[in-house]
Amino acid sequence: MTVELLETMTEAERSAASGAFAPTGPSPEPGNPAVHAAELRGLAKKFGERQVWDGLDLDIRAGEALAIIGANGTGKSTLLRALVRLTEVDAGSISLLGQPVRDLDRRGLRQLRSRVGFVFQRHNLVGRLSALTNVVHGVQSRASGPRTWLQSLARAEVRGEALGCLEAVGLADRALQQAQSLSGGQSQRVAVARMLMQRPELIIADEPDASLDPVAGAEVMRLLFRIGRERGATLVFVSHHMEHAVRFSDRIVGLRDGRVDLDTASTRVDVETLRAFFGPESAASTGEKA
Amino acid sequence: MSSTLITPPRFERPNPIAFAIALAVGAFVVSSFLNSGLGLDQLARGVPALGRILGQMLPPSLEGIDRILWSLFGTFQMAVAGVVLGLVLSLPLAVLAANRLSPHPFVRSSVRTLIAFFRTVPDLVWALIFVIAVGLGPPAGVLTIMIDTIGFAGRFFAEAMEETDDGSREALSAIGATRTGLIFSSVFPAAMPSFIATSLFCLEKATRSSVVLGLVGAGGIGVELKVAFDLFDYQIASTIILVIFALVVIVEQAGAYLRNRLI
Ligand SMILES: Nc1ncnc2c1ncn2[C@@H]1O[C@H](COP(=O)(O)OP(=O)(O)OP(=O)(O)O)[C@@H](O)[C@H]1O
Ligand SMILES: [Mg+2]
Repeated sequence: MTVELLETMTEAERSAASGAFAPTGPSPEPGNPAVHAAELRGLAKKFGERQVWDGLDLDIRAGEALAIIGANGTGKSTLLRALVRLTEVDAGSISLLGQPVRDLDRRGLRQLRSRVGFVFQRHNLVGRLSALTNVVHGVQSRASGPRTWLQSLARAEVRGEALGCLEAVGLADRALQQAQSLSGGQSQRVAVARMLMQRPELIIADEPDASLDPVAGAEVMRLLFRIGRERGATLVFVSHHMEHAVRFSDRIVGLRDGRVDLDTASTRVDVETLRAFFGPESAASTGEKA
Repeated sequence: MSSTLITPPRFERPNPIAFAIALAVGAFVVSSFLNSGLGLDQLARGVPALGRILGQMLPPSLEGIDRILWSLFGTFQMAVAGVVLGLVLSLPLAVLAANRLSPHPFVRSSVRTLIAFFRTVPDLVWALIFVIAVGLGPPAGVLTIMIDTIGFAGRFFAEAMEETDDGSREALSAIGATRTGLIFSSVFPAAMPSFIATSLFCLEKATRSSVVLGLVGAGGIGVELKVAFDLFDYQIASTIILVIFALVVIVEQAGAYLRNRLI
C-alpha cells in the first residue's frame, strides 16, 4: 500500500470518470468555493427523556481532518448520522456541502448522500459476497440497476475502478474472496475501498478503529487520513483512541454535556490532556453508562 | 433446625376459575368423542375389515405399472411447475410484506393478510375452486400448488429478509443507493441460504400435496388411486401407494441433502 498505488488509482479513476459513470451529484460551483463543508447551528436532539445535545454549533472546514471525541453517550455517533440524516434532529439547522440537509426531499437527500462516504464502526459488508462485489456496490451512489449489484455483472470500467480501490487499501489480491472470510482489519479496509468507489467529497467515519487491534486500527486511520489529504476530501471521524485523534487530524472537537466543550488545533494538545477530559475514563463524570 | 421447615403442600389449592375452565375442557373432549360417534362396535368391525383390505392389497400388482409411473412423473412435474410459479411470485410479495422493505405499513399488512389467507385455506379447497375455474386436470393442480407455495414461501421469505443484518443495508442507504439497489445487493444475497432452504421445503410439501389433488380432479396420480379403490383393485391401489411413498421419500432425502450441501 504505497503512495504510487494511490496515484495509479487516481489515474484509473480519472479515466473511468470520463466514461459513462460521471458523477450525478451537483458539484460545488467553481466560482463559489465553499469554505465550510458543514455548518451546524443550534442542534437539539432528545431520545425519549434523554437530551443528547441542546444548542450544538459546529463548523467543519472544507478539506480539514476533524476528530470528534467525547465520552460514551455524548452523542458523537448521533451527530455523524444527523449530518446525512440517518437520524433526524429535533431543532437547529444543518448545512452540508452547501445543501440544507433538513429541507431536502428524498431525491435531493440521495444526491447529497452520494457525495458523502460513510465508514461505520462495524464494516457492514455483505458477508456472502466477494470483496470486489462489495466495493462495486459503492458505485450505487451514482448509478443503479443490475450492473451495480454484482461484480460479475458490472461494466468493465466499474470493475477496473473497484479493483483500483481495493489496490489502494492493499487488498487487490483478495478481490474474489468472500467478505465474511476476511479478518476484521481487512473487512474494514474493504469498507474503505467501497467508500472510495463513491469518490466522496466528505468522508465520515464513526470509530473505524474501534473493533480492530491496535495495528490494524492505526492502519485504517492512516489510510483514511491519507485519502482525505490526497483527494482534498474533508474527513470527520470519531475515535476513542486519543493518539489517533491527535495524529490523524488537524483539529479536535470534544463533546461534553450536550455541547462543544473543546475545539482546538491538534498540534496544540497532548494525548494525556485529552484522555483526562474526554476519554472513555471520563464516562463516570458525565453520569453515562460505561 | 430442621423442625422449623414447613413442608410445602403437594398440590396448590385450585383456583375456582381455573377449576371451572378445566371442567369445561374435559366436558368438551368427552362430548367430542360422543359426537363423532366412534364407538367400540365400529372398532370391533373396523379393525378386522382393515385387516381384510390390507390382505387384499397384497401382493401389489405390477399390472399397468408403466402407466402408473408415467402418471407419477406427471404428478411430480405438476408439483415442480406449481412451485416454480409460486416461488417467483412469492419473492416480490415477500418484499412488500417485509418490515422495513415494504413501501407502506398498509401495503405490508394487506400483503401479509393475503399470504396468510393463501396459507390457511387448505390445498384441497383451493383445488376444488380451481377445478371449477379452469376445469378438471393438471392446470388446476398447478394453480393450487402455486397458491399453496405463495402462502408458505411468502411468509418465510419475508421473515428471512427481516432477519438479515441491518448494517450492510444501512451502509448502502447512507451512500444514496435506491431501494431496489439495496434489496438486490444486500438483502437478497444475505437471505439467499434461507431462500434456498425454504424453496426445497416447498418442493417437498408440493410433492406430498400433488399426489392427493387428483382425488378432487385437479390432476396427478391421485385420480388413479381413486379409480383403483372405486373398482376394488386393491392390489393396484397398493402399488400406487408404494410408488407415491417412494417419490416423497426420494424428494425429501434429496431436499435434505441439498440443504446440507448449500448452507
Ligand atoms: N436510536 C436510539 N434510540 C434511543 N436512544 C438512542 C438512540 N441512539 C442513541 N441513543 C442514545 O443517545 C445517546 C447518544 O448516543 P450516541 O450513540 O450518539 O453516543 P456516542 O457519543 O456515539 O457514544 P459511544 O462513544 O458509546 O459510541 C446515548 O445515551 C444513547 O443511548
Ligand atoms: Mg458512537
